Amino acid sequence: MAAETVKSAYWRGVRDGAPFILVAVPFATLFGVVATEAGFTIAETMGFSVLIIGGAAQFAAVQQMAENAPTLIVIAIALAVNLRMAMYSAALVPHLGGAALWKRAGLSYVLFDQNYAISTATFEARPDMSIDEKVAYFAGTALPIGPPWLLMTYVGALIGARIPPEFALDFALPITFLSLIGPALRTPAHIAAALVSVTAALVLAFMPYNTGLLAAAVLAMMAGARVELWAERRRAAECR
Amino acid sequence: MSTLHIWLVIVLIGIGTFLIRFSFLGLIGKRPLPGWVLRHLRYTPVAVLPGMVAPLVIWPGATGGQPDLARLAAAIMTLVMGYVTRNVIVSILSGVATLYLCLYVTG
Repeated sequence: MAAETVKSAYWRGVRDGAPFILVAVPFATLFGVVATEAGFTIAETMGFSVLIIGGAAQFAAVQQMAENAPTLIVIAIALAVNLRMAMYSAALVPHLGGAALWKRAGLSYVLFDQNYAISTATFEARPDMSIDEKVAYFAGTALPIGPPWLLMTYVGALIGARIPPEFALDFALPITFLSLIGPALRTPAHIAAALVSVTAALVLAFMPYNTGLLAAAVLAMMAGARVELWAERRRAAECR
Repeated sequence: MSTLHIWLVIVLIGIGTFLIRFSFLGLIGKRPLPGWVLRHLRYTPVAVLPGMVAPLVIWPGATGGQPDLARLAAAIMTLVMGYVTRNVIVSILSGVATLYLCLYVTG
């Protein structure tokens, strides 16, 4: 009986995560194309997707390496893009924190933006789910993202080497980044952070080894946090 | 970059990314994050990606760093459509369509 509900929780996760396949497939293909265009071998391209398995950070790392940024800067920028997942990890502790260590390690490997969002929403809406059901559900939501990500990276890498330069693929990477930014501009604080990031990155472009981008990122995070605080205080004042 | 160097970077980013994902679930546990840390973490993607993309749009490598109308128009279209529709795929397709249309028109 218990095994049956766990199994159905897994398949419910797969079904709820199914739409994400529409994001994973084109993005992974694009990554394969972009990475091979930037000069990486198919094995290296797959290395990014298997070991990092995180879209924006992989694109960021390829971009920085193509610009010959120093190793420490490449790593710092890629990890900065992924830092938000520490917040996801913390938010999942009340739901998955009780699972065995190896299960938590496995689920951490497949912790993405999309399945984090759908899983926390489901867990909060259905507090009656057992820990085993929650683990199974989360693993289920990762299935439509993880395997397609790896497979389509490979397909993209095979295609990438055959696309001629007239297709202006140099601009595939900027378009990919920009497509992630638009939907992320959810609040005035997000918009403020993005504006500070752009302005500071352009003004600080003279700084050596792409350190200007790191400085811009720190300033932008501070701007976002500051505007959020102001907005909260204003709301509190209006309520009074 | 040598092959070994490339793999070193990939592996280190891989380990770092895993540790970020595993941080609270695996290592830190139920200790809550202070509010100011959460407030900053929320903005990491919008703090890094716009700054990375801005120079690529304004000084594209393909034109030797000269601003280029087709690429600028494509960038604005991608951003606006992403903001309006909240849909990543629609956003990419509009950007690519704009880029090819402008490249075709300006020859």
